[in-house]
Amino acid sequence: MSASELISLDAAELARRIHAREVSSAEVTRAHLERIEAVDGPAESGVHAFLHLDAEGALAAAEAADRAIADGAPASPLAGVPIALKDNLTTTDMPTTAASRILEGWRPPYDATVVARLRAAGLVPLGKTNLDEFAMGSSTENSAFGPSRNPWDLTRIPGGSGGGSSSAVAAGETPLALGSDTGGSIRQPGAVTGTVGVKPTYGTVSRYGLIAFSSSLDQIGPCARSVLDAALLHEVIGGQDGNDQTSVSAPLPPVVEAAQAGARGDLAGVRIGVVSEFSGEGYQPGVLGAFTDAVRVLGELGAEVVEVSCPSFGYALPAYYLIAPSEASSNLARFDAMRYGLRVGDDGGHAADEVMSLTREAGFGAEVKRRIMIGTHALSAGSYDALYGKAQKARTLIVRDFTAAFETCDVLISPTTPTTAFPIGERADDPLAMYLADLCTIPSNLAGNAALSVPCGRSADDGLPVGLQIMAPALADDRAYRVAAAYEVARGADTAPRIPELRALETTR
Amino acid sequence: MSDITRDDVAHLARLARLAVSDAELDMFSGQIDAIVDTVSRVGEIPDDVPPTAQVVPQTNVLRPDATEPSLRRDVALAEAPAAEEGRFRVPRILGEEL
Repeated sequence: MSASELISLDAAELARRIHAREVSSAEVTRAHLERIEAVDGPAESGVHAFLHLDAEGALAAAEAADRAIADGAPASPLAGVPIALKDNLTTTDMPTTAASRILEGWRPPYDATVVARLRAAGLVPLGKTNLDEFAMGSSTENSAFGPSRNPWDLTRIPGGSGGGSSSAVAAGETPLALGSDTGGSIRQPGAVTGTVGVKPTYGTVSRYGLIAFSSSLDQIGPCARSVLDAALLHEVIGGQDGNDQTSVSAPLPPVVEAAQAGARGDLAGVRIGVVSEFSGEGYQPGVLGAFTDAVRVLGELGAEVVEVSCPSFGYALPAYYLIAPSEASSNLARFDAMRYGLRVGDDGGHAADEVMSLTREAGFGAEVKRRIMIGTHALSAGSYDALYGKAQKARTLIVRDFTAAFETCDVLISPTTPTTAFPIGERADDPLAMYLADLCTIPSNLAGNAALSVPCGRSADDGLPVGLQIMAPALADDRAYRVAAAYEVARGADTAPRIPELRALETTR
Repeated sequence: MSDITRDDVAHLARLARLAVSDAELDMFSGQIDAIVDTVSRVGEIPDDVPPTAQVVPQTNVLRPDATEPSLRRDVALAEAPAAEEGRFRVPRILGEEL
């Protein structure tokens, strides 16, 4: 089997072949490492999905998986399959930076729960992927180590904050990746790179070892090229964890079963609500065109598609840009130059608080500083009621809108993000324009329900990938998977290749 | 506009322990003013709506009060910017005599 075939296969198919011993995990891992070597660098012009690669560790994990399979005891259905990890998940054997200078080279003393679980399940971690610094952004341009690039057009953003994970999956550098979604950081990168990204119900995947940005919104989830692959990974990482107090005891919804059921292509009896607020001005015509086609396909699958209004969703973006910075200003106070990370100005002449200020000034990028200061403002005595307090009230209204909509609909749908991938640099100096990329994804973070993005074809106006967002009630993630899998099968293969060739980047060996 | 001035941003930076430069103050004050102006839209929401702080219906999640392993001292100190005699070494606290 050729390396180029191996890198285009889904995780489920790779696992099948590895477990049938048609191919070894080591061969699969080497094929992906070669692909990374061919297209990821140089940082200035390649895909630049990875901040750190661990080829040696990956091959050792692959060989261990091969031995377990030879013994007839694969650790899980995904044992032997490579995976990439967003670099805000702690790993004891690889640096963890959150794409920030303040954590450059940091070696965490413990693995995140999700990392420990996928190691135990026999998956093969390849390395750590790029992100906007501390997951604050929608393009990876806020990474201290330079942006990742969209494999479908290297002049464009791969989304953010998890643009390293999305571009790695889209480019065939890995079949699977983990991301974290605070306002859309798994789903929007999935949409603009033509990959699947899932934000599970808040509390169903442990946040232990995820570098905290906004603790009441952050949720780890899977990135993949198929709905079934995302579901398989979801079941590896999900479930209650005593190390996360917000982890829920409810059983994980049966997402793999739902993806398999959905793939049979019958949505009879399913009521789907189109959120009427997520359309119109600011939405790219090609995105709306692809979305309209998706609505037609869902109807042909037997679903009843209706329009629903969620009038308070208009408050989601302003509420998010108060709540997330407020929680961030508190969470990022831990970067105080005392126990780990960067320390600047410790020359005997500066007191501790001066060292803190000099370190944070040198270690944080502009967007992180902006958000810390906005959060500090929103939480200050004179502004708390008018800003943070009102944002929490907005959150109540958004929860109520979802509750009302889910009384009549099984799932809600919208475009995942209003536009296709925009050119690198286009919004870099305009934070408010950048924030609009999260318009449709933020409500599900504020309400905590499940939501995913599934590829929805190409925009007619620029040929770039579009994402369909499917939102389900809390603890009903399986509904979103069922609808997504049915849609994925019905839409059929893109006329475009599964992964881009990226010939121009292939290094001559 | 929300009337966030350059002096306000300098004050916020001090509270947040960020030694921002003059050039940054110029850039941030306009941007933060515009962002706060936009997000202030939440002010339209009636006061009688109850707040939502988090969405998990759980309170006071506690584990059994039993001793569990924790980080070894050498592991905890391994990534410290400075350590001495098995402790974190930190700069002097403001106002103390050396």
